[in-house]
Order: sequence, then structure tokens, then C-alpha cells
Amino acid sequence: MSPRHLDATFAALADPTRRAILARLASGQASVRELAEPFSMSQPAISKHLKVLERAGLVSRGRDAQRRPRRLEAKPLAEATEWLERYREFWEGNYERLDALLEVMKGTKRPRKRGKKK
Amino acid sequence: MITTTNKTGKLLVTTPSDREIAMTRVFDAPRSMVFDALTKPELIKRWLGAFGGWSFVVCEVDLKVGGAYRYEWRGASGEKLAMGGIYREIVRPERIVYTEKFDESWYAGDALDTTILEEKNGRTTLTTTVRYESKEVRDAVLKSPMEGGVSKGFDKLAELLASRMEGIEK
Repeated sequence: MSPRHLDATFAALADPTRRAILARLASGQASVRELAEPFSMSQPAISKHLKVLERAGLVSRGRDAQRRPRRLEAKPLAEATEWLERYREFWEGNYERLDALLEVMKGTKRPRKRGKKK
Repeated sequence: MITTTNKTGKLLVTTPSDREIAMTRVFDAPRSMVFDALTKPELIKRWLGAFGGWSFVVCEVDLKVGGAYRYEWRGASGEKLAMGGIYREIVRPERIVYTEKFDESWYAGDALDTTILEEKNGRTTLTTTVRYESKEVRDAVLKSPMEGGVSKGFDKLAELLASRMEGIEK
């Protein structure tokens, strides 16, 4: 995935409404009206968010010409979240490992320290 | 300023400026020991990135101003992750400044990391501040689940997508 594409993905994910829309679409496709219902937002406002998501390739339109249902395009989001998950896990895991290493290092130093005068 | 902690409440993430992310964590050890663990390859190999099936392939450190470091890992199923940079400042055992860049970076340019070690009563507070090239880049990083400000719905979605992705790719 190109960095430019990832930028669009992350920019699209920066907004809580857009994340909520994606979460809704993860459970199945929905029309603009259906998407607008749970939010206290107008359909045009939701449409604006959908445009951002569509440009980022995260959402596409279904075939039904009447409802124009939107559906989730999982792949770009999966690629982005994979990277981010890896980053978070990386630091959480790292610091836990570092704790363990420092305990070992203290253990090997302690006998010598105990013999020393303060 | 955003202050959040991870699941264990140990890792503190803050935003000191609009281009920076800082991670703060307390370790129950003197800072000379933490400094060694951050800068000696034989010790780095024992904690940095070496978990969850990942192992070091390359771990090289030339600890001097202008010297380079290079880390390469391989995952359990052969996936690669590599990063490196140049040391800009070294004040043992309290401060290290270095550039950071992943080989397959999703953010623009190099990031500049400042690591500060403060010791109190035998415990060390490690703060690593990462400065990105722009606010946009920093914001993209901040939107990651590591920051903890992400909605539950999105966390669930990420889980769902991760499991789906495994089904597709493996």
C-alpha cells in the first residue's frame, strides 16, 4: 500500500462520526438515510462524511439504484489498522520485556552491591 | 494535551506540542541500567521488538554522535520490519536524541526522538518524545489505537477486520 493511500485512510479515520459509520457498515450495508438515523445529523452532513470515506476507498456504493446502499471496503482499513495495531503492541510488549530484563540485570548486580559500603 | 494510559495503566501517552507524541513509562531500576538496556545491542536484542514470534535479524548500534543504529526483525511467518537512524546527542545516562525511520514507513520523512531518563529513589522515568515532520503526520499516528482515544466501536471493527484479514491472507 502506498504512503499516499495510507494518508487518505488515516485522514478519513480521524473523525469519530466517520469511524462510527464504518463500525455500522461493518455489520452490513446501509443507505444514507439508515446511516443518518443513529446520529443527530442531517443526510447531507452524513453524505459529506461518506464522500471522504469513498475517496479513501473505505466505502463503496452498492448496485441498488434506489437505495444506493453504502458498504464497507475492508481491505484498505485492514492494512491501516494492521500497521497501527502492530505499533501499539510493539511498545506495550517492548516495555514489559524491558521490565523483565531490568529485573534480571538487577539480580546479577545485587550480590556485588550488597558487599559494598554505602 | 491528551493523557491516556494503556490497558495496564503503565504507558502514558501525551502530546506536548502539535508535532509531537511522548510516551512515558516508569521502570523499577536505576537509569544507568535502563540506559544500557536502550543502547547496548546485546541488551536491546532481549527486549526491543523480540516478542510475539518476532526476532532480531540485525541489531547494530554505533553509539556516538553521528553514528547509526539499525534494527531488523522477522516475524513468525517471515514478515519483515526494519528501522534505523542516526544519533544526534548522547548524554549518558540521561539523554539520547536520534532520528527514526521505518523502511516501509507510512508517515512522511524522518521522526526525531528524544529520550530522557530521570531517576528518583532507584526508579527511572523514561520519556521518549517523537517529533514528526508535520502536525498531519503526528495526528495520523495519534489516531492509532495506541493512543486509547479511539471509540470502542472502532476497536471492535479493527478486531473484526484483523480476523477477516487473517482469513484472507493466511
